[in-house]
Amino acid sequence: MKLVFEKSVPRRRAIEVGDSDVPTTININSDFLRETAAELPELSELDVVRHFTELSRMNFGVDTNFYPLGSCTMKYNPKVAERIASYPGFAHLHPLLPQLRMGGMLTQGALRVIYETDILLREITGMAGFTMQPMAGAHGELTGIMIMAAYHRSKGNKKTTVLVPDSAHGTNPASAAIAGYKVVLVPSNDKGVMDINAVKKLLNDEVAGLMLTCPNTLGLFNPHIKKICDLIHSVDGLAYYDGANLNAIVGKARPGDFGFDIVHLNLHKTFATPHGGGGPGAGPVGVKENLVDFLPVSIVIKRDDGTYALEYNRPNSIGYIAPFYGNFAVILKAYVYILMLGKKGLKEVAENAVLNANYIRTKLNSHYKIAYDCICKHECVFSPTDQMLENGIHAIDIAKALIDRGFHPPTVYFPAIVKEALMIEPTETESKETIDAFINAMIDIAELAKTEPEKLKEAPTTTPVSRPDETAAAKNLDIAFLG
Amino acid sequence: MSFISNTKEQQKDMLADIGSTIDDLFSDIPAELMTDEFNLPKGLTEQQVRGALAEIADKNYINLTCFLGGGFYDHFIPAAVYSVISRSEFYTAYTPYQPELSQGTLQAIYEYQSAICRLTEMEVANASLYDGGTAIYEAMMMALRVTGRNKVIVDDSVNPIYRVMIDSYTKNLSIQLEQVECTDGQANRREIFKKLDNDTAAVILQNPNFFGCIDDFSDIADAVHKKGALMIVSCYPISLGILKTPGAMGADIVVGEGQSLGMPMSFGGPYLGFMSSRMKYVRKMPGRIVGKTNDRLGRRSFVLTLQAREQHIRRDKATSNICSNEALCALTAHVYLSLMGKEGLRETAQLCADKASYAYHKLTAIPGVKPRFKAKWFFNEFVLDLPCEAADVIARLIEKGFAAGFPLSRYYENMENAILICVTEKRTKQQIGMLAEALETCL
Repeated sequence: MKLVFEKSVPRRRAIEVGDSDVPTTININSDFLRETAAELPELSELDVVRHFTELSRMNFGVDTNFYPLGSCTMKYNPKVAERIASYPGFAHLHPLLPQLRMGGMLTQGALRVIYETDILLREITGMAGFTMQPMAGAHGELTGIMIMAAYHRSKGNKKTTVLVPDSAHGTNPASAAIAGYKVVLVPSNDKGVMDINAVKKLLNDEVAGLMLTCPNTLGLFNPHIKKICDLIHSVDGLAYYDGANLNAIVGKARPGDFGFDIVHLNLHKTFATPHGGGGPGAGPVGVKENLVDFLPVSIVIKRDDGTYALEYNRPNSIGYIAPFYGNFAVILKAYVYILMLGKKGLKEVAENAVLNANYIRTKLNSHYKIAYDCICKHECVFSPTDQMLENGIHAIDIAKALIDRGFHPPTVYFPAIVKEALMIEPTETESKETIDAFINAMIDIAELAKTEPEKLKEAPTTTPVSRPDETAAAKNLDIAFLG
Repeated sequence: MSFISNTKEQQKDMLADIGSTIDDLFSDIPAELMTDEFNLPKGLTEQQVRGALAEIADKNYINLTCFLGGGFYDHFIPAAVYSVISRSEFYTAYTPYQPELSQGTLQAIYEYQSAICRLTEMEVANASLYDGGTAIYEAMMMALRVTGRNKVIVDDSVNPIYRVMIDSYTKNLSIQLEQVECTDGQANRREIFKKLDNDTAAVILQNPNFFGCIDDFSDIADAVHKKGALMIVSCYPISLGILKTPGAMGADIVVGEGQSLGMPMSFGGPYLGFMSSRMKYVRKMPGRIVGKTNDRLGRRSFVLTLQAREQHIRRDKATSNICSNEALCALTAHVYLSLMGKEGLRETAQLCADKASYAYHKLTAIPGVKPRFKAKWFFNEFVLDLPCEAADVIARLIEKGFAAGFPLSRYYENMENAILICVTEKRTKQQIGMLAEALETCL
């Protein structure tokens, strides 16, 4: 379809700005003005709405159908949270208001939302305090590592490395590196989890800490997790919990109890805020008592008289990592979600997420090669069988064939420690009927891969485009239409 | 309410089918690490939660007439913006890893990148960053990568909220940050040129600056380029409806806070950091980038591109740790710009400038109220010196129904009496008149 710029018609308008009600008193010197207006599209409101409606129809979301993208927790996003975030009392609130004298009293509702979300997340994770500021999971990781660095600085520790499992998401090593640490990879054992002996071998006084998801990106829970945290503590390192996979244990177990010192949560995963096509998310960071002083400025506190206030006087803090209080509207949606689910609902989340994943694991076990044949948590990882590979069918072909059957593919080729990985995370909100239909599609594809593999190579055939050339995109770079 | 589709019976059937129980499925977690002792409330129904949150929302005062800016603005948002971004095909999707199912998001981001380039008069743009502050930090890190140098000069009229963020992010790194005090509301050329040397990676400037003053940095760009350094300019996108663009001034990296492009203020987020640059630096850029290509049948398609820069490929060697962008906010900005169009944006920017200059004249006519700076030109914000402490006056004006402005003493020394006042196109002549009356009685 045409680009919005290609639909432009000179002098067509979508909005009328209206006449000015004030006299023009200053004409800015032309040296400071642009010579020609920005070449934005000239369209009617109907043109614009149709353009984007057409684009939206070329998109697939959770509301479209099953979206089992592993490690991304594509669960249903309740509509009520969207409605509440649009309440004028929240949407129209200027973030600088509480910085005016007595201004905190003008924003008591918003401060309460932040404070109570903090308290709820403490209870869910077993941590002593949270910052709501990080604006994404990776931003939370960076904040967490900055807290780790501040801790070591305060103790005069000379630490240079951070341990990261070989199955980790790419943001873990990237965050540690950007914060100034060298990354040391810890291999997984034959059971797919971090090898405790490998940790022992790599452990020394240089180790600032460890970053870990638990369950990990293979959907496996490390039974030695507490021992691993203890080992890290033995060299005065800190254990960092990447909460990407908290959905598997929420309401059942707490990372704080495992021995983790710092956690980040992805509110857009476990707490059902929409992914937005790749953001905005939110990545609050929680810490144990001995690290609370390092949390970013500012923190919302509750005073003895029951009012809420922002605390800026935090001399040991890592400082400001966001302009204000985080992605407030995202935090608000997560707050609404937690309030609606309550204690019982959260526990049901983990139980059903794990049940759905194990149901898929069991049903597909004889049709695909399972990476690790044991109980999984929120996701399971398969690969094409050897015969499929011999027939030239790879993970990408299975993914594209799923598209023609109405499903979003799983995460493919990640984690890298599994060759040709297909990482399936169904989440708790999907029904048995949907999951059964997905399983049948996967079995159908497995059969075709054996009998008529060439048919799968043509997929997808039902989409506006099919297998775009990514190599050409990088080679003949065109990233802006400048007319 | 847990939004789980399966009934208890279905859950039982599924467990029976795979020959397991819930306890079995959690048997891999050591029993001592499991707990049932969560001190969490009982769940609420939709009706209950809406009632409870409506009450909480009422505790926020949104009825003050807003002259508060400081980088975050109360602009008019056309209804069609919300209508478009509320389409759940956009907002319930994730990062477009499967281009066949994501052409909507991908084409929209490609168009957004194009719009940002056109607005800033630059050659390339990324798919967005978290906010205007992290965008400056990322631009600075990019300049370090491009030049292989270590020193960065920052003008102190760059939003102080962003400058303190830069301080936090660089605490653990060996970067030499040099701050230059602006003079009379303008970038201090003499001091900047004095500090500019062959170790300098970048000079960071803002236009209009935090005080609302506008400038033309072309002379600074020339000097910066002679030393082999980069000029980074943070800007207010609405102002580019009329103001000379950073691109025309010779900027190498342009960043800014995109909130004013159709996003509600929402108490600080989610917002949008935008970034544009020159083609020759594109491979050093952080964040997602969407590119145009063809599919196997030769049809125009859009994909994530230059992924070899990114964390999921390069891991600890990536240009940034960023995983996602602020896709829905980028879409919002793009829909807003498409609705405003070429003329709408220009007229809106002009209206902001006209109303601000009207307010400036009204307010400086009050005895004892004086412009802070000699600099003559501003966009839609300006600084006034009051005859008494600004924070006090602002507090008194809140009682009269105005968020009258921002007290600069919060971030600057010797500015106790200075107030930063912002006027957007939403403010009326009548509201400006009422503010002037109220201010006069509060002094």
